[in-house]
Amino acid sequence: MEEHLKNSVTDGQEEYVLNIGPQHPSTHGVLRLVASLRGEIVTNIEPHIGYIHRGIEKMCESLTYPQIIHLTDRMDYLSAHINNEAVCLNVEKALEIDIPDRIKVIRTIMAELTRIQSHQLFWATFGMDLGGLTCFFYGLRDREKVLDIFEETCGGRMIVSYNCPGGLMHDIHPGFQKRVKEFIEYFRKTLPEYDQLLTGNVIFRERTMGIGKLTLGEAIAHGITGPTARASGFSCDVRKKEPYSAYDRIKFNEVLFTEGDTYHRYLVRMDEMRQSMDIIEQLIDNIPEGPYAVKMKPIIRLPEGEYYQRVETARGELGVYIISDGNKNPYRVKFRSPNFVNLSVLNMLSKGFKIADLIAISGSLDLIIPDIDR
Amino acid sequence: MPFDIYDFTSLTQWIDTSLNDRLSPFWAVVAEMAIVGLLILVFYALIGLFLVYAERKVCAFMQNRLGPNRVGPFGIFQTVADLIKLLLVELVPIRNADKFLFNVAPFIVIIASFMAISAIPFAKGLHAIDLNIGVFYVIAVSALGVIGVLLAGWSSNNKYSLIGAMRSGAQIVSYELSVGLSLITVIILAGTMQLSEIVQAQSTGWFIFRGHIPAFIAFVIFLIASTAETNRGPFDLAEAESELTAGFHTEYSGIKFAFFFLAEYMNMFIVASIAATVFLGGWMPFHIGSWEAFNHVMDFIPPFIWYLMKTFFIIFLMMWFKWTFPRLRIDQLLTLEWKYLLPINLVNVVFMAFIVLMGWHF
Amino acid sequence: MRSIVKYISEVLSGVWSLLKGMKVTGSYFFRPSAIVTQKYPENRKDLVMFERFKGEVIMPHNENNEHRCTGCGICEINCPNGTIEVITKTIITPEGKKKRAIDKHIYRLSMCSFCALCVKTCPSNALAFSQEFEHAVFDRSKLIKISNKPGSQLMKGVE
Repeated sequence: MEEHLKNSVTDGQEEYVLNIGPQHPSTHGVLRLVASLRGEIVTNIEPHIGYIHRGIEKMCESLTYPQIIHLTDRMDYLSAHINNEAVCLNVEKALEIDIPDRIKVIRTIMAELTRIQSHQLFWATFGMDLGGLTCFFYGLRDREKVLDIFEETCGGRMIVSYNCPGGLMHDIHPGFQKRVKEFIEYFRKTLPEYDQLLTGNVIFRERTMGIGKLTLGEAIAHGITGPTARASGFSCDVRKKEPYSAYDRIKFNEVLFTEGDTYHRYLVRMDEMRQSMDIIEQLIDNIPEGPYAVKMKPIIRLPEGEYYQRVETARGELGVYIISDGNKNPYRVKFRSPNFVNLSVLNMLSKGFKIADLIAISGSLDLIIPDIDR
Repeated sequence: MPFDIYDFTSLTQWIDTSLNDRLSPFWAVVAEMAIVGLLILVFYALIGLFLVYAERKVCAFMQNRLGPNRVGPFGIFQTVADLIKLLLVELVPIRNADKFLFNVAPFIVIIASFMAISAIPFAKGLHAIDLNIGVFYVIAVSALGVIGVLLAGWSSNNKYSLIGAMRSGAQIVSYELSVGLSLITVIILAGTMQLSEIVQAQSTGWFIFRGHIPAFIAFVIFLIASTAETNRGPFDLAEAESELTAGFHTEYSGIKFAFFFLAEYMNMFIVASIAATVFLGGWMPFHIGSWEAFNHVMDFIPPFIWYLMKTFFIIFLMMWFKWTFPRLRIDQLLTLEWKYLLPINLVNVVFMAFIVLMGWHF
Repeated sequence: MRSIVKYISEVLSGVWSLLKGMKVTGSYFFRPSAIVTQKYPENRKDLVMFERFKGEVIMPHNENNEHRCTGCGICEINCPNGTIEVITKTIITPEGKKKRAIDKHIYRLSMCSFCALCVKTCPSNALAFSQEFEHAVFDRSKLIKISNKPGSQLMKGVE
């Protein structure tokens, strides 16, 4: 803060400080950015966070392991299923339970559907940030189809709470496979529309190409993960590096670009949607028979020790770190949330660009504010 | 000509003479002004309400939605309900605003669009003032609105508003050039700046067909530049919703906001009617060469309907742009004008002059 | 010369990309069958939610006004938010034995986070989710619901 004040008087010019947020259409939640401007040019960004801090990590300390799951839904609400999975995998690893293949495959399909709907919403809101309001409606229209699949099987649309330690809350709905196949068929047809409307559009390309370049070195130095890092050429896909669930038995490509600008951060997500559809197509017809949950003890106690599990959410690497003292409640839980880390580069990326670029850059980082604050 | 049955000249002249018979010349003029003012006011309000409704319906259909559908059949009274709400809503006082300028700004915006609408020929003889420099007058007057926008942004004492207003200033100054030059291209072809004569000159064919390539280029440029001039998407930088929340009218509420809102739609209507008048033959019916029967049928459609059809076609195009494209950035907006539209326009003017000189137009 | 060709091709390809976008929105404009929104209060009758939809926690009763809740309180223990409160009473069965039964099964909808742990862990399957989704009320106290119906009894055969 003091340094910020010092900067403002360096060359005798007063800075124009613009308060973007916490209530602003394109901060996607209650993020507050204090932007110092010189004309239209951004000279400094200071993110202020904590407007939606609910103390999830602290709450976890007084809850049992099955109860923690429903809180993780509320962190990165667009990767709800993957967050659930992270906690479950960690608990299962600690208890050294073998998970049947059926559960692994269903979890993988659900995770990829979650990724698709998250990227659909990214596309929708990114288009809206750049002023193309129609994108928002097309994105949400297609996302609705995924949410219907979730609702039919899990009972929830965004907040699914479908995983539990040792398996799933209930078996997949009989109509699940048919519905997923219908969706894939439908979405393969509508995805080219996204490209026609936004990807190829000359205004869109001008707005995003070469804006907010993140180099590979900077990405690694700041610990950036997920599509944002992969656009800079940082191969960091946990699904490849440390396969969990059923990712070790399927073929897919890690989408990598080297440019690292806003346009390529967008392209990574577009290509990931195609990859996710490929993954689902490989698995949807081969769901093995078996139980949907392993019989667990009524009260789950982890052996004393520290456990860490990382997964790839739609925005990057989510790490779940549990310290157990042998009780039914964890001693300490820490979530390494991708959005908090990804936010750290916003200032660096948007310096020297215009206000409109700041919106585009923060849109391309695809921040979910509840995940930053937790 | 067969469409003389729809000529309004005799009607207006009858009103003029009968008023002059009863009143002294001074009061007759006053009465005429009052009638014209009232008519334009009613027309203005009706068109404004309709355009807001039309935009909401058009964008809804483009976005796979139903749009307004609650008030009245197909929601046609939705905008009326909104207007009543805007009239009743509180005018939030802004503490550190420059009160006088803050209150005056919406009126400047709306008066500018009122002045422009008076010069537009709606049909033969249905014309408030037929200035001999009609095109020039419309360009000059429609640029006045930006003063209101600038004042609104400055006087609100809001940082978003100020940025929005300054953007708007830079934008209008630039795009005014392209609007003027693309109209000059047609004026070269028409040889007059009087709007009624421009329409008459198109009785043998619309200028967009008669001037073929250069007229078409001028038409496209006029569409782009006038969309920018009216602060509509993809050039709505002055209110850039995702960046500046609402730009220059962030602090306005109630009926003052409604004035800005209405003025935006009326400016769109005005530029669309100028485009229709100058390029698409105004109230002239659509004729194809020697198809006598076809032309005869076309003549039976009243000129006022022709005029509205053409205007709404152009308004639809502008809505189509707005709901498809992402917004430009301020430097790209100026680049588009100074590096693309202006050079193309200048070459186009010379090209048109050459074609008119050689008599290559139809 | 080459720069002029580049300039013109840039303009043309830009315009072409814009036209492609307009084709998408234009095609939807002339295709009202693609509209996905629904008129909600009008279609209330034929609006069917999925059977697993988590509307609110209810206690299903059969036609004799009998439920399956024994009042064990497992749901209360498993609830992460303190949404459920089970108040029991002691009744005397016709055989003359003292037995625990529920007096009130209180469910606070305003606190529920729909994790479904209560429904899942209930040993006698006494709880279920209803598909009701219109939860809005004017008074917050109306969100505190009593799941067991007045005068209801434990179903026979449920221990």
